Amino acid sequence: MLIRLPDDIAPSEITPQALFEGRRAFIRQAGLGLAAGAALWHGLPTSARAGTLPAAVRSSPYNSTEAHTDWASAISYNNFYEFGTSKDAPLRNAPQMALRPWRVRVEGLVNKPREFDIDDLLKLAALEERVYRLRCVEAWSMVIPWLGYPLASLLKAVEPQGSARYVEFVTHYDPAIMTRRPVLDWPYTEGLRLDEALHPLTLLTFGMYGEVLPHQNGAPVRVVVPWKYGFKSAKSIVTIRLSERQPATAWNKSAPQEYGFYSNVNPQVRHPRWSQASERRIGETRRRPTLMFNGYADEVAGLYLGMDLQKNY
Amino acid sequence: MSLRAPTPLQLLAIKALLLLLCLVPAGHLAAGWMHGTLGANPIEAVQHATGEWTLRMLLLTLAVTPLRRLSGLHWLLRLRRMLGLITFAWACGHLLTWAWLDLWLDWTAIAADILDRPYITVGFAAFALMLPLALTSSTAAVRWLGGRRWQALHRSVYGVAILGVVHYWWLVKADLLKPLLYALVLAALLGVRAWWREQERRRQLAAAAPPAPGRFKGKVIRIVPK
Repeated sequence: MLIRLPDDIAPSEITPQALFEGRRAFIRQAGLGLAAGAALWHGLPTSARAGTLPAAVRSSPYNSTEAHTDWASAISYNNFYEFGTSKDAPLRNAPQMALRPWRVRVEGLVNKPREFDIDDLLKLAALEERVYRLRCVEAWSMVIPWLGYPLASLLKAVEPQGSARYVEFVTHYDPAIMTRRPVLDWPYTEGLRLDEALHPLTLLTFGMYGEVLPHQNGAPVRVVVPWKYGFKSAKSIVTIRLSERQPATAWNKSAPQEYGFYSNVNPQVRHPRWSQASERRIGETRRRPTLMFNGYADEVAGLYLGMDLQKNY
Repeated sequence: MSLRAPTPLQLLAIKALLLLLCLVPAGHLAAGWMHGTLGANPIEAVQHATGEWTLRMLLLTLAVTPLRRLSGLHWLLRLRRMLGLITFAWACGHLLTWAWLDLWLDWTAIAADILDRPYITVGFAAFALMLPLALTSSTAAVRWLGGRRWQALHRSVYGVAILGVVHYWWLVKADLLKPLLYALVLAALLGVRAWWREQERRRQLAAAAPPAPGRFKGKVIRIVPK
């Protein structure tokens, strides 16, 4: 077994109580009076503000207490290759994507396949705020307060069949507004094992920072899988398909020796492009060590008992 | 001023102007760093900018010889040393950004990067090959080495350029458009040299071909490059 549990959080990493409380208060205000948060949208086209979220936001026991990455960075430093491969291209190009109407099909090995209108999907379960670390395979990281509910709530509603073992996410692809160059095999697809998808940390996400998701962050609906590299957290989802076989995933098809199906954050698995032993938290200058499973080992290490994570990278 | 033959003073002015022009992107980058306008990941932005400017200046340096030959402006050669040294300065900036700004001179991490990551291996090799070229750039060094040996040594710049483009190519995750553009420019710059060399070889072969019998009186000396 190669799973090494991380040390406890260093005292220096814990946000002082007062600062934390103040931040909570700010988020509560922003989250409850969502309209107030609209002030944050200055500089973005009006189309970026499509939709609203239900006001009730539960807080979650999984929240990280670390300082949130500032909003400006979170919306301007994105990987969304359909809208361009530079980090700032999605901010410029993604707002062309129409977010309504938007339908999400849930199909495959389920007893109750269904096509959801995005506004119905939004109301399927109570939204929670989840402050998660996000670790990109490119060795940078952020801390983002997402809004969503566990993907498990949706999956339970459609009743997976006994033979279902994997969940595939197919994302939106519109060549009229997205790149036509075959940088990856479009549409972008991702996948999880069913037990990973049902894990309470796996979040079906509609918003962040008390706001609806900006286009470039995966609007109107994405998944967030915080213990895996960021590219596993598929954006702008249109189909969720349950299957018996492991689905093909976009980056795995592009470079299988670099991006495995699991792609769990793992500082011990070497990567030919980036050292995965450390990362730069956006907003900080010095690298910090990368934690096993991005610091979620207590919650998820059990999913991989008996697996060689050097092979199943 | 005559474009064909500038006076020494004019040449000095041209050099000063070119140097200033080459400093503009460096100033722009420094200002962006100080004003915090390099985006969410300024260290990465500096890394990418210094790397791209190294490649651009390197290709510009390699363009001097073909430009001189095509335009007939032989004084262009007098700009080459400066362009080469500016390339080296950008390369130093690029190396320092990686080793110092990014890795905080953590020698273990630096060594691991060089050994584990092929794109850094070739990038580092390119820098190592560039070092003797920068050190022997002075007129004194040319004299000390002798023209022929100096030239042989400085031909390694072609290797540096190829390694530099490979470095960029291997770094990119999926979108190879930009490294492809650099590779095409480099291929053109090296290709035109190979073409001219081949033309020259053929010309000399033709010149050395035995003349029609009965008309040639002199002695044939074959001068054919290997």
